[in-house]
Amino acid sequence: MIKELIIAGFGGQGVLSMGKILAYSGLMEDKEVTWFPSYGPEQRGGTANVTVILSDDPISSPIVNEFDIAIILNQPSLEKFESQVKSGGIIIYDPNGIHTPPTRKDVYVYSVKAVDAATEMQNQKAVNMIVLGGVLKVSPMVKLENVMKGLKKSLPERHHKLLPMNEKAIVKGMEIIHEDQAPA
Amino acid sequence: MSNNIIDPANMIYTKPELMNDNQMHYCPGCSHGVVHKLIAEIIDEMGLREKTIAVAPVGCAVFAYNYIDVDWVEAAHGRAPAVATAVKRLNPDKLVFTYQGDGDLAAIGTAETIHAANRGENIATIFINNGIYGMTGGQMAPTTLEHMKTATCPNGRDIHLNGYPLKITDLLAQLPGVCLVTRQSVHTAAAVKKTKKMIRKAFENAMEGKGESIVEVVSTCNSGWKLSPAASNDWMVENMFPAYPLGDLKNI
Amino acid sequence: MSEEIFLMKGNEAIAHAAIRYGADGYFGYPITPQSEVMETLMDEAPWETTGMVVLQAESETSSINMVYGGAACGKAVMTSSSSPGMSLMQEGVSYLVGAELPCLLVNVMRGGPGLGTIQPSQADYFQTVKGGGHGDYKLITLAPSSVQEMVDFVSLGFDLAFKYRTPAIILSDGVIGQMMEKVVFPPSRPRRTEEEIRKQCPWATLGRTPDRKANVITSLELDSSIMEENNNRFQAKFKKIEENETLFEEVNCEDADYIFVAFGSAARICQKAAELARKEGIKVGLIRPITLWPFPSAVIAKYAEKVKGFLSVEMNAGQMVEDVRLAVNGKTKVDHYGRLGGIVPTPNEVVVALKDKFGC
Repeated sequence: MIKELIIAGFGGQGVLSMGKILAYSGLMEDKEVTWFPSYGPEQRGGTANVTVILSDDPISSPIVNEFDIAIILNQPSLEKFESQVKSGGIIIYDPNGIHTPPTRKDVYVYSVKAVDAATEMQNQKAVNMIVLGGVLKVSPMVKLENVMKGLKKSLPERHHKLLPMNEKAIVKGMEIIHEDQAPA
Repeated sequence: MSNNIIDPANMIYTKPELMNDNQMHYCPGCSHGVVHKLIAEIIDEMGLREKTIAVAPVGCAVFAYNYIDVDWVEAAHGRAPAVATAVKRLNPDKLVFTYQGDGDLAAIGTAETIHAANRGENIATIFINNGIYGMTGGQMAPTTLEHMKTATCPNGRDIHLNGYPLKITDLLAQLPGVCLVTRQSVHTAAAVKKTKKMIRKAFENAMEGKGESIVEVVSTCNSGWKLSPAASNDWMVENMFPAYPLGDLKNI
Repeated sequence: MSEEIFLMKGNEAIAHAAIRYGADGYFGYPITPQSEVMETLMDEAPWETTGMVVLQAESETSSINMVYGGAACGKAVMTSSSSPGMSLMQEGVSYLVGAELPCLLVNVMRGGPGLGTIQPSQADYFQTVKGGGHGDYKLITLAPSSVQEMVDFVSLGFDLAFKYRTPAIILSDGVIGQMMEKVVFPPSRPRRTEEEIRKQCPWATLGRTPDRKANVITSLELDSSIMEENNNRFQAKFKKIEENETLFEEVNCEDADYIFVAFGSAARICQKAAELARKEGIKVGLIRPITLWPFPSAVIAKYAEKVKGFLSVEMNAGQMVEDVRLAVNGKTKVDHYGRLGGIVPTPNEVVVALKDKFGC
């Protein structure tokens, strides 16, 4: 098994940390992982993205040609990465940040209204965890228990009290993700 | 008691033990030799021979390590304070001092000078200010006086072209990391005595961890100034001292 | 003790590896994309545990001269920076070699020239391998292609530096520095005591004891005949390093028609590209120089007798390819493929370049 993902959105949306949690979850399952972020000033308010690879075998290149899954949280990222998804691959997006949805017909398209759900849960910081829940629902690349272990590992101890809330958000995302399209 | 001057019983003065017999490259009349001797005396008097790590500059004193028998690190031009910073921090029980000229300390190494002082490094800096680049043949220094002639300002230093003589020790005295800034000279026996006292104080401060100490020695360069040693001393008193007045700028 | 597996960035790994190696000092100045090295060290506060000194200097010029001062005392000291900062350090590097001081340098390369970009690049190959400072010298250059190698090369770099009394450098790039991967660390070593350093480095300036003459660390020698002797001694040392310390990795070269030569992150991309090419029926291998100096010329010369061509893939305009050409010495075709200015090529791009350049 090898999954090559891109997670992209505005800086501050928790894009890099969502990738980090996935990477740590993979670590908990003894998978090989790489996490390679865009870095620099673009993290601050501009677009941020991170490439995450989870694999059963050693990973050669951390730089990939095409992604199995693109998790897209804003319009510029959709425009940049839509074409880089494998045929038959998956695009997951939050319609809240996207006015023009994906147009490709040869991929799965899922929407997850994470911003709305987070508002309902009165926790804007849960957006990325809700999206992550949706991702794991449609592509269960790691077990939920290992995600929780990964989350615990990637969070400083002082934030461990937030773990139950994060689990709730992940479960919420699993519930609300919606299949917009299967490949033609 | 005989009048035999070779008789050790009649010895009233000798060179310090730490000064070796290497022939000095300094010009006759130069202040460096006197300051070297003072440093060697003080290290011995303080019993720090085995605990001293000295940092040499680029400039006339580049070969200081040839004359005083302690461990020396020869720094790149201007970088002695950075070198000494690491030496002292990695060896906090040692006496670490830099020995630098005006070009080294106040031109190419200004950033290192200011920042080591501002960090309050527990080092001592002996700063020889003779207003000229002796080693390279008498070019303009940051401390060259207005109208003073050098190889690179043959018509005299023009402040509109070259800026003003830099009173770097005045700047250093402003910094809270610095505990001692003093300006001395070695042109008379009394001045030599005073300078020795202040270098000793600087070394004591460094050992006690009080922060950085800077002892500026306003010096002559008779070769660069193109004067005899005696005339150089007079010229220094007349011209250098008004620009660089002697005394403590800070002593806490 | 079972090995604990960590997930961390290459830059963070360098910092942890330095503490565990028993390094005595780190001196640096912030610059993207390597600032996490000093940030991690400051966060770990090793001065409270091992006694390691960590200091933020006022410039890279100052950092490298602090390294010079620490190294003069026989201490295991290091600095890290990225391309523009390394340019500023070149004076110091030349002095370190001239004064025969061991130390570890790390360059997490970004695109130039000038301020350039903060994105990954390999454009400092020439600066590092051909001597960025003045004078005749060589720099032991280790090129990690994984976060694990960032860890491993800290101890390897220090060990080689002390073995030969000359600086070693880890030449990394923004990909390896910023990427998180799994790592395991070697067991922690205690820092050497002053007594141990005096024994290991009798030349170190730690204060002159009565049993020896004063030690002087300098690169200055105005007598040209002695300076020539000094240079001959350095060259003999470099020759010994070339004979004994060359490292490389070879992947699927035995039956290869074409061989990629690539280091660092480019080698990872080429490994994938080679797999992809083989799926298309083109037999491709990979030679990954681990030491860029000394350069693994012999293995390249060996395969030059049988392959149809070498493609040197670099994130620069063609630098290492010159060393590949020297090693091949006209026996077969050599070409270069590179992306510039912070662009990282994809494996597909490399396959296309291979087909394009060699008509295969």
